[in-house]
This record gives sequence, structure tokens and C-alpha cells, in this order.
Amino acid sequence: MSEKQTNTSLTDRIWDFFCSLKLTIIILLLLALTSVIGTLIQQNAPAEEYIREYGQANYELFVKLQFIDMYHSWWFIGLLGLFSINLICCSIKHFPRVWKFVADPQLVASPGTLKNSANRAEYAVKEDAAQVSRRLSELLKKEYGKVTETEKDGKSYLFAQKGIYSRFGAYVTHLSILIIMAGAIIGNLWGYKAYVNIVEGTSTDKVWSRSGQQPVELGFTVRCDDFDVSYYPNSRRPKDYTSDLVVLENGKEVLKKTIEVNDPLTYKGITFYQSSYGPAGNAFFKVKVTENATGKVLNLDARQGEHVKLPNGYAFAISNFTENDRQFGPAMQLSVNAPDGKPGRPFVVWKNYPQFDVKRAGIFSFELIDFQEPQYTGLQVAKDPGVEIVWLGCFLMMFGSMSAFFFSHKRVWVCLETEAGKTKIQLAANAHRNQAGFSLAFDEFKQKLDATIENKSPEKEG
Amino acid sequence: MDSGTLFNLVTIAYFISMVLFFAYLAARTNSVGLAGNLTALVGLILHTAALGMRWYESYQILGGDGRAPLTNLYESVVFFTWSIVLIYLLLDLKYKQRTVGAFTMPFALFGQLGAQMWLNDSIDPLVPALQSNWLTYHVITCFIGYAAFALACGVSIMYLMKIGKEESFEGDKSKMPGLLGFFPPTRVLDDINYRAIMIGFPMLTLGIVTGAAWANYAWGTYWSWDPKETWSLIVWFIYAAFIHARFTRGWVGRRAAWLSIFGFAATLFCYLGVNLVLSGLHSYGGA
Ligand code: HEM
Repeated sequence: MSEKQTNTSLTDRIWDFFCSLKLTIIILLLLALTSVIGTLIQQNAPAEEYIREYGQANYELFVKLQFIDMYHSWWFIGLLGLFSINLICCSIKHFPRVWKFVADPQLVASPGTLKNSANRAEYAVKEDAAQVSRRLSELLKKEYGKVTETEKDGKSYLFAQKGIYSRFGAYVTHLSILIIMAGAIIGNLWGYKAYVNIVEGTSTDKVWSRSGQQPVELGFTVRCDDFDVSYYPNSRRPKDYTSDLVVLENGKEVLKKTIEVNDPLTYKGITFYQSSYGPAGNAFFKVKVTENATGKVLNLDARQGEHVKLPNGYAFAISNFTENDRQFGPAMQLSVNAPDGKPGRPFVVWKNYPQFDVKRAGIFSFELIDFQEPQYTGLQVAKDPGVEIVWLGCFLMMFGSMSAFFFSHKRVWVCLETEAGKTKIQLAANAHRNQAGFSLAFDEFKQKLDATIENKSPEKEG
Repeated sequence: MDSGTLFNLVTIAYFISMVLFFAYLAARTNSVGLAGNLTALVGLILHTAALGMRWYESYQILGGDGRAPLTNLYESVVFFTWSIVLIYLLLDLKYKQRTVGAFTMPFALFGQLGAQMWLNDSIDPLVPALQSNWLTYHVITCFIGYAAFALACGVSIMYLMKIGKEESFEGDKSKMPGLLGFFPPTRVLDDINYRAIMIGFPMLTLGIVTGAAWANYAWGTYWSWDPKETWSLIVWFIYAAFIHARFTRGWVGRRAAWLSIFGFAATLFCYLGVNLVLSGLHSYGGA
């Protein structure tokens, strides 16, 4: 062994190192092991958090080892690079052997194949070879598709195969991994992740990048007409967050969509995802006020925190508001100021219970008719030109690994020769995986074979 | 009958089935093994009915917001045990190795008991992030994968128990006496281990892909290295190593069995440990 190693050149040894499956296993296990680090140590948190939790010295060690952002560290990326090289070399080394099955199939069975295959059969019949050959061809055609006939050294050979593509399953799988990585790299180089908050009724043509907090020009304008939260009946559990978005180019509406969580809007490769929301400025109310002494009714508009005049020098101001006060629905808190400017005690009015405030027996009673609370919708914005490539890779990976695992390349050879007035038939078959399953299938096939030969053979064997 | 009652019956059936398989190991009479299998099958049928019933009930409780019963920790555990029994029975069709049942049903029983004793089984409406068909595909594929790995782990334990004795046994290995002699031949155990992982690996791959598709649809990033995602990738790496280990000498048999057990330990951590120990996006609602 050591002698052989000194004979091989350095390049050969490097090549063998990169082709080695042992290396594959070690890299896979190393990737698994190192990935754990990033799940134990929080990634990309502010420095103070690490210092608080692990101490200054450990924090500096983490920085040196790049544990803070380990999935982008040089050593993790390096490991992935080594993995790709291993994958490429290994596939280059093994592929020609597999390609040979397509380019140069073994049409003529060797005596060894015929004698030693685990699945074989042998007959001798009186019929002449040409007739037997025709009948066997028909049977094989039914089971395997195309049959190739070859004459050699006075013997005639049949060959049929099925499922050759499954030999390529592993290579398609490997290629798919490289495709996925390529897609991820493209997305990282030419895409971005950003966010933007749009107040209802306003629009934006810029978003803010997550990495640099830099504004990114969209090249078009997005307007949010409305944002809404809907709740499940009789519950405070949110059911949907929706934003009505409009895309404008040169002031013209080109696309309109109501987005919700799990249903984004895409325009020119840029996708907007519903992500958060919040209040934007003071709420706006329509309030109905009844002067209890006279029964006079006033319909007034009010903004939160703003004093609104009432008859006889009185005024009121809405100090607080909630869309859902416990189970009672929307409610506002307000107070009435006396003519001398002294504020009264705050009280609550519920929109769903308009008659309640009469019971308070104040000078005025209030009803909340309608309200509008301006909100902003928080959108994630992503541009990822690599994502289609990633999906293509994923599809190929499923396709490749399924064909590698669940199908096999099955081959059958027949050799016919005329011996002492009889036709001697030798048949052998194999599958490149799942031999046990193939043996069962072969036994079934053999019964059909026996029937085809019409039990004319006295010396059956198998 | 409501799904809760049906799930109780399922647990009882799996318990009886497990006892029968243990009795089979002791008595070594084929009829006992067959009874174990039939009880497991009855359990599986009840289990399927219970899942269907819970699905139906979700529409009764939530109206149009009903959904497939695959959305919280309780439902995922119950689906996991369903997949374990299904995969055991499928492999039994092919291999007819009933002793494996004694190493599979405990996983199923433990899952059922755990779900019923510790987990919240109420049917709640879904928060917006979970309202996606991808969730259904994601859960189904992941858990069938996990179940296949559980079975592979059980078989690997049997392999390790047997292989030492078999190697030191003089004479015809197929006539080894005792309980271990009654186990399937180590060659078969090794094969079932590999076969189960061949089912589990593409399923896990699909599970990761559907999860990525969902994340991309909901948040615009198919991969963000959150702990759950990373752990599923760790599991995937381990089983990829296992598959390639078949091609190199020295990594079959014992080492393959250990790798399979190690892989399942990582699977369990990915499934439960991440939620209990680490934090991330994937917290199950209300559990
Ligand atoms: C995580 C990454 C990988 C995955 C998912 C993967 C997947 C697969 C699959 C599904 C098979 C077919 C298995 C079978 O036939 O039973 C296979 C075979 C194989 N893989 Fe990989 N593989 C990966 C990485 C690698 C790497 C890095 C190498 C490089 C050295 C490699 C070398 C091989 C070889 C030589 C085969 C056998 C091919 C044949 O049957 O002709 N694999 N792989």
C-alpha cells in the first residue's frame, strides 16, 4: 500500500483526496456538528448581549472564531466550498462509468454473466433458434420495452433493459445541490432583503435595506390604500392582516392586490410581504352628542387629544381609544370640560352599546358612531433573482433522489445456441439495487418464461 | 363518538399490541406475533378514523376556518405515531419480521400517551402565519420522515443487541438459541435499517423543501438559519452521511447502526428539543 502511494504522483493523490467518499462522510458530519454552534449561540445579536451572557473574554473569542455570524464565517463557507469540490470531483470520477451503460451497453452476455448471475434460467428445446428467439423477444418486449438482437460466434444474443435513468439519480441529486448553492449565491449577490412602513393612504418609492439601513430605490411607487386586522368571531385572536396595495408607474395604477400573511404581491421581481402594523398618528372619530336637558343632537368630528366645543361653553376631548376593550369591542375614553375650563372625570363609551352613556346622567351623553385609526402597514420587501434557481434545484433533488432510491436499472440477457439439434437457451438478469425485490419479480417472470417455452423443456433449471 | 374517545381507543390498541409483541418475544409462537400485528392494524384504522374525525370536528367548531389536524404540537405528535405504525406495517408486508414490532410499538405508545397526558388538545383557530397549504405538506412529509427514522433506530438497536452474540457464536448462525437467535438475521436488520432510511431521507428532503417554500411565501426568505431549520439540516447531513457510508467499507453494520441511532437522537432534538431548549420562529401555538 505504502509502496503504491509513493508511486502515484502528488496530483493523483490530491485528486484522490478530493474524490474520496470518506472525505464526503467526514465533511457531512462536520457540517452537522459545526451547524450546532449557531443554534446554541444566538446569531447577529448586539455585542452587549454576548458580553452580558458570556463575559468580555468569551465575547472576544467568539468574534475571533466568527461564532457571532457563523453561517457566513470563512471557515463555514470554506467547509461548504470543500464540500462542493468533493461533490464535483467525485461525480466527474464516477460519471464515465455510468455513462458507459448508455453509450456502450453490454449487448452480449459473457459466459460468466450467464453462469454466475443470481437470477438465471436454462432450457433446451427442440424448436429452432430463430423461432425461440422471436417468441422470447416478444415476451421481453412486453416486460422491458426494446429488445436488441446480436449475432456473434454462431450464437444469437438478446438484450433488454429497463430503468437506466435510475443510475443517473445520484448525479442529478448531486448536481441539484450545486444548483441550489448557485441560486443562493445569486440571491445574495444581486438580491436584497428590506422593509418599509407605509401609512394608510400614502405611498413610497423607497424601501430600507436590512443590511445597511440604506434606502433602496424601487423604480416604481407603492401605495397602501387600507390596512385591516380581522378577528375570529368572539375572540381576540387575529384571523388576518390585510393591506390593499397599489403599484403605480409614472402616476398610473398598474397593479392592485390585497395582500395578507402567506399571500404577497410581486412586481418586477420585487415581492412585498405582510409583516407588521402599527398606529400612525391620532385617531379620528365621529361622535353623536345629545344635550340631555334639551334633547338637542349634534354630530361632531373629533381627533384624539383635541378639544371640541360643545354648547354653552362646554368642550370635550377624547383621551384614549382601543379597538377592542376586553370583550366589548371598540371604546373611547373622554372627559367633558366645564365652561371655566376645569376638566371633568374621564369616562368610557363603547361603540357597541350606544345607550349606556345615558345612564351616566351627565349634561351631555355621547355615542361613538364611527372611528378611523390611521395605521401603517409594515412590509418585508425581498428581491431574490436566485429563488427560481433554488426551486429548480429542489425539484431536481427530489426527482434525482427518488429515482436513485426507488428505481433500479434492470437488465436481461439471453443466449441461444444450437447444440445437437436442440436449441439451448440461457438467460440471466440483474438489477443494480434492491436485489431481493428483483429476485421475487424474476421468479414471476420465469413462470411466464416457462409458459412461453411451453414446458417443452425436459431439463429445466434455475 | 368524538375524536378524543377514538384517540383513547387507539392508545389502548397500541398498548395491547405492544404487550402482544413482548409476549411474542417470550413465547415465540407465530400466532401471538400475528395477533400483535392485527391489533396494531386495528389501532391504525381507529387512528385514521380519529384523525378524520378531528378534521371534521375542526369544521364544526370553527366553521369555514376548519383545517387538517396538523397544526400544533399535540396534532403533530399524534400524526407522528400514526406514521410510525403505518411504516412498520408497510415494512412488515415485505419483511414479515414481527420481532421488529416489539421495538416499534413502544415508540408509538409513548407518543400517544405523551400527547394525551401532557399536551393541549383543544382545536383553536389558526394565527395568520399558519394559514397556508404549505403547512399541511410540510408537516406530513417531515413526520413520515421522522417516523421512518424512528423505525430505523429501533431496528438498529436490535442489530447492535444481536451482532456481538452472533459474531462470537460458533456454528450455524441461523440456529442461534435464545431471544437474540429469534431476532431477524443481522443482515436483514441492516437491510431494513437502510430501507427505512431510504424512505425517510427523501421525505425529510421534501419536508425541508416545503418548509423553505412556505417561509419564502410568508416572509420572503426560504432559509434564515433559525434553529429549527438548522437542526433539520443537521439531521439531513447525518442521514446523507449514512447513505454514502453504504458505499465505503467499514461504515456498514455496527457503524451504520450507530449512525442511525445518532441520527434519530438528532431528529428528536430537532422535533422537540429545539422548541423546549432553543428559541426560534417555529414555536407551536398554545403548546
Ligand atoms: C448532502 C449532500 C449529498 C446528497 C443529498 C447526496 C445524495 C446522494 C444520493 C441520493 C445518492 C444515491 C444513493 C444510492 O444510490 O443509494 C448518492 C450517491 C452517491 N454520492 Fe452523494 N450526495 C451528497 C453528497 C455527495 C458528495 C459530496 C459526494 C462526493 C464525493 C457524493 C458521492 C456519491 C457517490 C460516489 C454516489 C454513488 C453514485 C453511484 O451510485 O454511482 N455524494 N448521493
